[in-house]
Amino acid sequence: MGKVRTLIVDDSGVMRKIVERSLRQAGVDLAEVWEAANGLEALALLQGKTPDLILSDINMPTMDGLEFVRQLRGVESARGIPVVMITTEGSESRVVEALSCGARGYIRKPFTPEQIKQHVLPLVKQ
Amino acid sequence: MTHNTGSTVLTETLQQWVVLLEVAAREVFQMMVGGELHATESEDSDCGDVTAMVGLAGELCGLITIRCSPECACQIASAMLGMTIDTLDGGALDALGEICNMVAGNFKAKVNGLADSCVLSVPTVIRGSDYEWHAVGEGVSADVRQSYNGCPLQVKLTVHQ
Repeated sequence: MGKVRTLIVDDSGVMRKIVERSLRQAGVDLAEVWEAANGLEALALLQGKTPDLILSDINMPTMDGLEFVRQLRGVESARGIPVVMITTEGSESRVVEALSCGARGYIRKPFTPEQIKQHVLPLVKQ
Repeated sequence: MTHNTGSTVLTETLQQWVVLLEVAAREVFQMMVGGELHATESEDSDCGDVTAMVGLAGELCGLITIRCSPECACQIASAMLGMTIDTLDGGALDALGEICNMVAGNFKAKVNGLADSCVLSVPTVIRGSDYEWHAVGEGVSADVRQSYNGCPLQVKLTVHQ
């Protein structure tokens, strides 16, 4: 596993920092970390950056995480980037919806670095 | 310690929910703050003047709030971020809001049938204690008094009928 370029999408700056720290604690060797506060910001950022991994919240203003993943799948250069949702919304219907939109994983807040490891490491190893 | 006010109709259910709320809060603090909440018997209503709130809408309508002092909010933010935060800036307020958001989400996940039928608002954090709030319809509320690192902290559930 090489260094991983990561985009973290969450409207909470604190949560973005916590996700980054948890990735490092999980053993992910981060190269660059980009941050966006909502889906729209993330899509704009992806016009100039190509991360290896995206972690996204669902409940965000302006553009939520599900709409972000839907629109991301329409962007040819970003279509193959694995997206893992990290959210307080842990209902089965939301998980199914996220996965059907194209997310590759789903982590419910609160989470431990071990859970990040389980869901993220297999994706970055690919 | 649990305090109830309002209609007796929901009180029994509220007693069950508040147990789940306490468990939800403790799990969030263990996993995301890296610290323990401890139950306190204090009747003192003055937990501090920083209040984070998250609204519940759908099958269950209401509000979950976490109230603590600025010092406590800074301690929570410091523990979450792994760095010292000694002033109540945007980061500390954001941290408390996120804690409240996760407690609400974790609570919702623990109540049978609520995960799919209830949505959460984005968190809001207010400062100050000299205010009144009003919601449409009658409400009942219960709270759990906890302490984090010796600082009192109130986790409260208000349910609208």
